[in-house]
Formats: sequence, structure tokens, C-alpha cells
Amino acid sequence: MKKTLIKGNEAVAMGALDAGCRCYFGYPITPQNEIPEYLSRHLPEQGGTFIQAESEVASINMVLGASAAGARVMTSSSSPGISLKQEGISYLAGSELPAVIVNMSRSSPGLGGISASQADYWQAVKGGGHGDYRVIVLAPASVQELYTLTCQAFDFADRYRNPVMILGDAMLGQMKEPVLRKPPEKGALPAKPWALTGKKGRAANVVKSLYLGEGELEAHIWKLEEKYERIRRELVLYESMDLEDAELIVVAFGTAARISMSAVRAARGQGLRVGLIRPISLFPFPEEVLCRASRNTPAFLTVELNTGQMVEDVRLAVSNGARVHFYGRPCGAGSLPTPGEILQRIRTLCEPSHGPGQERPHGSEHEHRV
Amino acid sequence: MEANMNTVFERPKSLKDTDFHFCPGCHHGILHRLVAEAIDYYDLQDDTIGVASVGCSVFMYNYFDIDVVEAPHGRAPAVATGVKRVHNDKIVFSIQGDGDLAAIGTAEIIHTANRGENITIIFVNNTTYGMTGGQMAPTTLLGQVTTTSPYGRDFRQDGYPIRMAEMLATLEGAAYVCRVAVNKPANILKAKRAVREAFRMQKEQMGFTFVEILSACPTDWKMTPADACKRIGEEMIPYFPLGVFKHRKIADHL
Repeated sequence: MKKTLIKGNEAVAMGALDAGCRCYFGYPITPQNEIPEYLSRHLPEQGGTFIQAESEVASINMVLGASAAGARVMTSSSSPGISLKQEGISYLAGSELPAVIVNMSRSSPGLGGISASQADYWQAVKGGGHGDYRVIVLAPASVQELYTLTCQAFDFADRYRNPVMILGDAMLGQMKEPVLRKPPEKGALPAKPWALTGKKGRAANVVKSLYLGEGELEAHIWKLEEKYERIRRELVLYESMDLEDAELIVVAFGTAARISMSAVRAARGQGLRVGLIRPISLFPFPEEVLCRASRNTPAFLTVELNTGQMVEDVRLAVSNGARVHFYGRPCGAGSLPTPGEILQRIRTLCEPSHGPGQERPHGSEHEHRV
Repeated sequence: MEANMNTVFERPKSLKDTDFHFCPGCHHGILHRLVAEAIDYYDLQDDTIGVASVGCSVFMYNYFDIDVVEAPHGRAPAVATGVKRVHNDKIVFSIQGDGDLAAIGTAEIIHTANRGENITIIFVNNTTYGMTGGQMAPTTLLGQVTTTSPYGRDFRQDGYPIRMAEMLATLEGAAYVCRVAVNKPANILKAKRAVREAFRMQKEQMGFTFVEILSACPTDWKMTPADACKRIGEEMIPYFPLGVFKHRKIADHL
């Protein structure tokens, strides 16, 4: 099978089509417009539905309706638009509705900028909207992974009846890489006996998140929590590199992991014993993996395109006594860290005598002993 | 003589055999019944999907024996759009209050109408936020005292009551837009015909149908049910005239 050179955003759109997604609702925002543009062209060919909604708020609620009706459905946006969708995401989670939401995140807060950023980590992983709920969050680091993880996201959403977020960024969405478009096996989509189809031949189905009766809501939330516990057990995805003899482990996801990988390879080339853990699922977070790794290697460097968000989860995950360092830069135009910056940080940590050197990194650094 | 007895009045099949929770004198019960009668008239119970909006109307699934999905506040038309685009052959409707439809959900209702979504919206205009305890609604009349307009609604402070039916009727996508009332038997019969027409038109793929129903909220108006019905005739209808504002006769095909 031949690889094709495509943009990250196109890979997401192709992944959705190949996974059987036949409904897309969205609103234009940079840097993810190739997703709706591609689907507006190709969904009608498949008998699917594409609507450019009046707002992100309307589009996520169209997602809610289509999902309740039993369809595989997706929306995409970028940071400010994802904030608007949070109300609907909370309702999706509360109503146990599957859906795929893509955030090609950009720099913020506010209108921010349109360059790559990982500043939406907390919003994606810690809830985002109101209430006690979780969204499965997948963080691709290549165009190929944008395709593959988008395909898988629909399966996860259906399996757990839960929203799944693809957390990419402007860099991943806009860059072109060769992709092997290998659609998943064309099996029957999972049955959805809970979906709304008209009550012919069965009792009426109700999809809702309002529970006012004595003890009803508590029971509902505990049921959700049991599901999240199952997700934590079953769905952890990560990649690791050179951990065996590592004295320092770099932890990074998405674009930061791509840059960090170059830095780790360069460090190995210089004889420094550095490894890398790249969480692919951000919820569930690979806590066990980090905890186990920290028993052999009690030193970590978390690298993020923000001022320090995932680093909090790394600190919670590692065992007592491990040191967790952070290097990150809040992204705007021209603020993407280079492999050289990260390498310098690695050298400083691996060889304390080495010192920070002439070339001061731009980023924020801090250390925390657990 | 038993063989000659005909049933002239009974619970519509689409309504469950359960009591409404609505306050005494509230018109929600009547309009639920009108909707259920329309569904039964066209034998659509097994093919109808309801969208519960936020407000007193949210408990739709306790009363209608049909499939229902609950929408966030104001978003029922968007949720209904999603449902309808998946099940084009089903009847999809929502009952929305005036806060839901004419304040927080203004964008959704306008664009759903403008897209000509083939769904039916029943708009309950009772000039107040009923469920939250009688706050000022976008349809609250000038001078009307509510818990958040304690000196009476003043246009200099709060603007004017919105006439949604007239506004939506200007949109090309709307197929049927009318305003009815349920304050007296003659008006209830007209309302029944309007609701039935909306469902007929949806069934025949005619496009977006909208029935605004002037209704009483005696509890929040602090009136007896009889006085509340009188207020609809004396104060609401003069500002919100009854009538059909748009009535497409054939489906809109390019």
C-alpha cells in the first residue's frame, strides 16, 4: 500500500470517514479548517451529513442530537472554539453519548494566536465543562497517528459511550507527512440499543442527564466513575524510548514529544543516558508506567508547549523521592522550543557540572522533588 | 344500551397514564395534550422523537410515551437538527419556553428556521421564566412586574418584548409560522388545528414549522387560573396578535 503526503487536518478527516463517521458539525476556525473543508466535499459522497453551524455551541449540540440518534459523529475546532463546546461536552458525558471532538489547539488565553500550543491540556484532561466527568483524551504526535487515532477514537467512544477528544495542535494540523491510509476492518458498527430511532417494537428510549430523584444523581455519577475506572485499566496508551539504562526520563506528548525525541537522540549520541516516555492517552494518564519507571530512574524532565500543566500529573504519578523537572515555553509565533534548547536542559540535568552554558534557554524551568 | 356508547374523550395514546406535575392552571398540560393528539392523529407515536428543552418543559419524557433526548438550555433546535439529519424519516419536535427559545437560544432557533430544518417547534410564550421562579423573560410585557423587573419592565432598561413568530416568518427557510393561544375553548380548538398542521407539514417534508402558544403561568403571575386566562386575552394578545404569519403550500424544492 502506498503512502500519501497529506496534512494533519486532512488525516483527521480521512480517519473519520474511514471509521464510519457520517455526520460532521462544525464552525470555521484556524488552524483546523481543512477538516471541515475536506468533509464538506467528501461526506455527501458517502450519503453523510455536513453542516456548517452558526456557532461552536450549535455544532456540539448537533453532535449531541446525532449521537443520541445512533450515528458516528464528529466535530472539530481550536482552543477558543473548544471552550464554547464545553457545555455540550459536559452534556455528552452526562448523557453517556459517544462523540469525537478534535482540538487542533492554538496559543491562548483569549484570542491568543494561531501557532501550536499545549495550553489546553488542563481543559482537555481535567474536565473543561461543568461537573464530575472525564473525557478520553488522545494526543497524536504525527500525521500518521492523527489518522490512526481518529479511526480508533470512534471505537473507544462507542465502546465506553463517552466523548473522546483528539488533542492536536496547529503544528500537527498544518504539517504534511506521508500517511498509510489503512482503513479499519469494515465490520458492522456496534449495536446501540439505547439510541433514539422511534419506539417501534420496544419501550421508549430516553437520553438525558437530569436526575432529580432522591439518590438518583449520586448513583448515576458513581456509575460514570466505574466506567472511568474501567477506562483507566483498559485504555492506557504510551510510547517509550531508551528507558533501560536511563538516568533521566523526558516526558512529553504531541509536538513537544516530537521535538524532545530529537533532543533525546542527540543526547544519546553524546553518550548521555536519557530515555523518553510519550503519553498517547492523556486520560487515562499512564500513571503506572511513570511510577514503575521512577523506581529505576528517579529523575524526570517534563517538556510542554505551555508553562507547566501535564507536569502536575507526572509529579502525582512518580514514586516518592523522584525529582521532576520542567522545561516549557508558552507558545506564540516564533516561540516553539528547539531540540537544541531541550538538549541543553538535558545536559544540565545529566551533568550538573555542565551548567546552563552561554546560551540561556527562553523557557520556564522549575524543579520539584516528590 | 352499552353497544351504543361511543368514546368521545380519552387520554391520547402518546401520553403516559400519569399526572402532570405542572402547577394548577398552567397551560403546559393542555399543549402537551394538543401535541399528543396530533401525533396520534397521524399515527406517529412509534416514529416520533422528542427533544426536551430546559425549563418546565424538560419533563417531556415523563408524559410523552416516545423516544426523547434532553438538550442543554436553548439548544433544542440544534439537538433536533442532529437527530433529524440522522433520521430524516422520523418526526422530530421540541417544546421550548420563552427564555429557552427567545433569549439563550436565539441563535439556534433563527438558524434552524433559516436552514429550513424539517422539524416542529412548539414555543410556549408565558412572558416569564416559569421554572426558575418568575424572572423577566424576553417576552415579558412592558410594565410587567417579575422577580427581576420589580419596578415593571421598562424599555429604557430592558428593551421590548420580542415577537418571535413575526421575526421567524421573515426567514425563507420557515414553512409554517403561527401564533395561537389556549386561554379559552375556541382558541384551544384553533391551537389544536395549528399544531396538527405543523405535524402534517413536517410529515410531508415541507420544512420548518413553528407554533407559538400564548400560555398562562398563574403561579409566577401571582394570579388565579381564571384571571391568568383573562390576562392572555386582555394584555398578551393585543401585543402578540394571533394568526398565521407564514404558510407555505408546497415543499420548497430548488
